[in-house]
Amino acid sequence: MKRREFIKHSALASSLFMVPSFVKAFEDVAKKTLGFKKLVIVQLSGGNDGLNTIVPYTNDLYYKKRPSLAIDKKDLLNINGDLGFHKNLAPLKNLYDKGYVSVINNVGYPNPDRSHFRSTDIWQTASASNEYLQTGWLGRFIDKNGEMPYNGIEVDDSLSLIMKGENVNGIATKNPQLLFSNTQTPFFKKVLKEQEKETHLSEHNLGYLYKTMIEASSSAKHIFQKSKTYKTNISYPKNPFAEQLKTTAKLINSDVQSQVYYVSMGGFDTHYSQAGRQDRLLDVYSKSMELFVKDLERSDRFKDTLILTFSEFGRRVKQNASGGTDHGSANNVFVIGKNLKKPGFYNEVPDLTNLDKNGDLKYTIDFREVYATILNNWMEVNDEQILNKSFSKLDFI
Amino acid sequence: MKKSHIQHLYWRAGFGLGPDQLSKLKKKSKKNIVSDLFKEAKGHKELSIDLSEFAVLRQKNYKKTRKEYGIEAFKQLQKKSRSKVRDLNLAWLERLKEPESVLREKMTLFWANVFVCKDQNIWNIQKYNNVLRKHALGDLNSFVKAISHEASMIDYLNNRQNIKKSPNENFARELMELFTLGAGNYTEDDIKASARSFTGWNRDRFGNFVFNKKHHDTGQKTFFGKTGNFDGNDIIDIILEQEQCARFICTKVYTYFVNPKVDKKRIEELTALFYKDYDIEKLMLHIFSSDWFYEEKNIGVKIKSPIELLLGIHTTVPHTFLKKKQPLYLQKMMGQILLNPVNVAGWKGNQNWIDSNTLMFRLKLPSILLNNAVIHLDEKGDIEGTFDEYYKKRKKGKNYIKTKIYWDVFDNNYKKTSPQELKEILISSPINPDTKHLIDNLVIDNNRDYCIQLMSIPEYQLC
Repeated sequence: MKRREFIKHSALASSLFMVPSFVKAFEDVAKKTLGFKKLVIVQLSGGNDGLNTIVPYTNDLYYKKRPSLAIDKKDLLNINGDLGFHKNLAPLKNLYDKGYVSVINNVGYPNPDRSHFRSTDIWQTASASNEYLQTGWLGRFIDKNGEMPYNGIEVDDSLSLIMKGENVNGIATKNPQLLFSNTQTPFFKKVLKEQEKETHLSEHNLGYLYKTMIEASSSAKHIFQKSKTYKTNISYPKNPFAEQLKTTAKLINSDVQSQVYYVSMGGFDTHYSQAGRQDRLLDVYSKSMELFVKDLERSDRFKDTLILTFSEFGRRVKQNASGGTDHGSANNVFVIGKNLKKPGFYNEVPDLTNLDKNGDLKYTIDFREVYATILNNWMEVNDEQILNKSFSKLDFI
Repeated sequence: MKKSHIQHLYWRAGFGLGPDQLSKLKKKSKKNIVSDLFKEAKGHKELSIDLSEFAVLRQKNYKKTRKEYGIEAFKQLQKKSRSKVRDLNLAWLERLKEPESVLREKMTLFWANVFVCKDQNIWNIQKYNNVLRKHALGDLNSFVKAISHEASMIDYLNNRQNIKKSPNENFARELMELFTLGAGNYTEDDIKASARSFTGWNRDRFGNFVFNKKHHDTGQKTFFGKTGNFDGNDIIDIILEQEQCARFICTKVYTYFVNPKVDKKRIEELTALFYKDYDIEKLMLHIFSSDWFYEEKNIGVKIKSPIELLLGIHTTVPHTFLKKKQPLYLQKMMGQILLNPVNVAGWKGNQNWIDSNTLMFRLKLPSILLNNAVIHLDEKGDIEGTFDEYYKKRKKGKNYIKTKIYWDVFDNNYKKTSPQELKEILISSPINPDTKHLIDNLVIDNNRDYCIQLMSIPEYQLC
């Protein structure tokens, strides 16, 4: 290899150009049997206002506390009983009408934290509010049920805590081809071919770095080679969130060996001018989600996929002076899937008369009960091992 | 002193060093080199950014000024002042590149990840940062007391809400769990007693400490078996009476400065020394003067933090960023944003810096900074931003990090350096045999290219 060539490749694309031959041996390691059930976690980052999403329109208190922000009954997509869907959730309501959606109200945790960062950590690590975990719950799922980074995929360019395990981390990509080209160059291949010696991967840091490189390289290869076998004929809207779901569908539909996916959609921190902003967000969310489900249905993967949408917190019941709402606590989550045990509204409507001292909704369901239920009933794994604690199971799946 | 030992010392007590400095130092004894490091670290220069444009926010008569200035404009100015934390981040990074005293700055960086704090108030967090700098080599007792009195800490861990009528335990808990003793070394009753002792510790609008007598619980408290009408300072004194406090801090120091893998015998040696008077300077001097610090097993075994990686490259090849904010992007993609810790437990460090994505990024960093390599990776948007801000559209030109590279400085510094020496300067860990074979068979035309190549191998990730 000439220096010129080296520099050219190292400069242009390669970072992983030094992978010795044991990469092959490594790739051949027998794979643990992965389940076929998929789980997609969607975070509405910033804290979606659940009360203006699924609206308690029969409650006077709701109108009293939100004089200019409350949504009029006539503008809602009426379901039945006491709750109505925001008008831009029509696509979600279509899914709902087919029995594909469970809305779980009042989900939260004791001593809620109102910082985005901290509360996101809590939801992503499945910790208590006074506990600091360095691994995410999907990361711990990969630890127990996978062995390679591609066993857990975040559809983005950098990896969030949710996908970090003790021994294995997931991998982030929103463009499998780019991920792959970052690891594959002519130089890279040459190195592979030339290297003869087996190196023992030990626990020390240098061994860990090589191991991670090799894993990254084979993960990028796996994800790219699988994913290019599927092309959707659904036309998604042109926005980054739809793009993320499109990629997620592509990965699932092409049988990438990952059971868990994480997607974050931003923009929900509506302290001011909430009305127009949230309208657009819910429009983007629900349109993309409906197409995502359609995409999965066409390839018959929807029956094996469960989608959970959450926010790190809900928002305060009382609106603020800027036509927005401030950080709150308990909130609704959406569970989307084909074979739900209890489609529709899973539990009681939010109680606006019994708020905490900040004027926020009190939780009645711990979010970790939702996780435990999904892990146990859907993914069919030991939830206690992953959540480090036993939580009672719900009955939605 | 042996060259490889000087390099080891400078990687741990600083951010590496160049051949000119190395050749000057190698004639000196270890004792002199180490003592010079500490001599340089004696004084300290505060880090401060220009905040004069926000003077109106710091007027005594808040309501009146706000009305005169216009409520909306005032709000905007407040918002802008919060964004200045990013400027402080960049100023800190600059300081780390050109330290007045390398050891003090390295210690400051270390302590920022022990006494973890975050604040949007630029005046308070700047002051906090300087408190870390001031006490970085001082005595632990005054240090812990100082951070406990800081407005940023009082806000961050909710001591403002800690009042006699309804104590808030957040600060009391983290003080023991994360700052001084570690989980399992106190009881829940100790936390309650401690929280009560810190009631009424508050701050004013300008970030000055205020003791609010009215909200302070003057009753008897029992803490670690002692009973009395304690206040926060008494609590800190009693915590430091526990040998475990010395052990806890020494473990942090050891895993950061010596080896991420704990050696119990060494920890006990350090604990015994530190417990005597909690003199941080004495502790660090002991470590850097010891023979065991320079043992093979401690050299090149630590995974560089993103900041160490960035600064190490800068030490060898000086460069500046043409777009002021691009260092923030680099910090974000690698998972360490100064002044923006992940949570109060801080960055876990070492292998925790590494996942597939960060490693690919880190291996490419030398090419990104020094060789115009393209990056197509987007940072996650601001969680408090709008949809469009969250998914910031990236223009094509943004895929480059634009730097001005002072290759002439590099050339001058390394003109007498052979490729073999360059390798020894840049890589402190043993090299994987396959990679070594490859590196040894490269045709080397000039040191510039060879330097980038060496920085691109996994071994460069270690120090």
